[in-house]
Amino acid sequence: MSEGGFILSIMPQLLQGAVTSVLVALAAIALGIVLGIIVCQMRRSSMWAASKAAGAYISFMRGIPVLVILFLLFYLPSAINVEVPSLLVAVLALGCNTSAFQAEIYRGGFNAISIGQIEAAKTLGLSRMRILTRIELPQVLSLTGPELINEFIILFKNSSLISVIGVTELMRRSEQIVSATYKPVEVYTAAAIIYLAVCLCISRLGKRLKGKH
Amino acid sequence: METLASFFAGWQSFITENGPDFAAALWVTIRISLFSVVCGIGLGFLAELGRRIFPWLRTPVACYVEFFRGTPLLIQLYLLYYGGPRLGIVLDAEPAGMLGMSLYAAAYFCEIFRAGFDSIPEGQREAAHCLGIRPWRRLWRIELPQMAQIVLPPSVNQIITLIKDSAVLSIITVAELTKTATRIMNISFEIVMPLCLLALLYWFISEAVAMASNRLEARLTRHMAR
Repeated sequence: MSEGGFILSIMPQLLQGAVTSVLVALAAIALGIVLGIIVCQMRRSSMWAASKAAGAYISFMRGIPVLVILFLLFYLPSAINVEVPSLLVAVLALGCNTSAFQAEIYRGGFNAISIGQIEAAKTLGLSRMRILTRIELPQVLSLTGPELINEFIILFKNSSLISVIGVTELMRRSEQIVSATYKPVEVYTAAAIIYLAVCLCISRLGKRLKGKH
Repeated sequence: METLASFFAGWQSFITENGPDFAAALWVTIRISLFSVVCGIGLGFLAELGRRIFPWLRTPVACYVEFFRGTPLLIQLYLLYYGGPRLGIVLDAEPAGMLGMSLYAAAYFCEIFRAGFDSIPEGQREAAHCLGIRPWRRLWRIELPQMAQIVLPPSVNQIITLIKDSAVLSIITVAELTKTATRIMNISFEIVMPLCLLALLYWFISEAVAMASNRLEARLTRHMAR
């Protein structure tokens, strides 16, 4: 079989893996956005304990490698005899990691909103929750859009690490194909091109979103 | 009280037994990170400089940066370590890891230096040219000093990211911190202590680098502070 024919023949399997990668990354970024906003609110709150706890969380999650977070969440539950499915561990680990980075991104966004807006909203009698969801968050999310896209690209690349705990995504698929065919150069190059294509698509999408504002 | 005492006794015996292994592995992680940071900065700077001086280098450098920033480090390492022998590049795990990390780092530093060069107004280059200042002197005396404070914060971030990324080398069996911790987990059936020690060590390194760089930054921008 020719080289081109070989790469075409493995493409369906690789793309199947890529779909899993993208889905895990999407789930993790969604978790990261929610967790990130919560952690950021805690960090900004006037309660000493909440603020310090959030600060420690951000510093810890940003300070250790994704691979180590993955191992912590994968092996620690088994120490107390709890089985957690590896797909769930993958989403949790990637989500926790990105949430710490996102919390810092949002902090900049929240600080950019003028205090007058919040004071005006309070004077108008809006509840704190309403101020957050209707006034602050829409502005913060559109302000931090480009950085969020960047974070998503990093997260998608980090998703290659979840192959280590046995999630059959793009990286693990290519490993399996390599061990069956022993053609590492062709298979890994094809996988690298898929990663590159997805990353380029995400950054294109980000540029388009940015153009809209 | 008794549980607390046994907790400390457990840690003590764990540290005395595996402490030397962890220390050796820590040194491997630091060595690899240092090497790849230095090579990455050098190579990244040369690539950026080359792209500015020779227009024909623009496309190759752009492709290089795009490839190494757009694909996971893991796949680059696999290509080098498992694919390399097929192309005649046979390397042990650690040199392969160092080379892979350096190439990966260079792409990021190249972009950081690009932002640095872009921040200097074109007028200064023209003025230097008009005054008859040679290009090397211009680079050394006009461009680099101004770039330093723009390039420093993202570089520090990148260095911390690289130290953390070095954990990926454990997958291609380099005996660094993460690999050593998982190896100890496998032979001692101890799960909690090696993992916690591993996480704490990485946390400590990241915080230490961040703190040292804050000091350095304050020093470098002293003339701007009031």
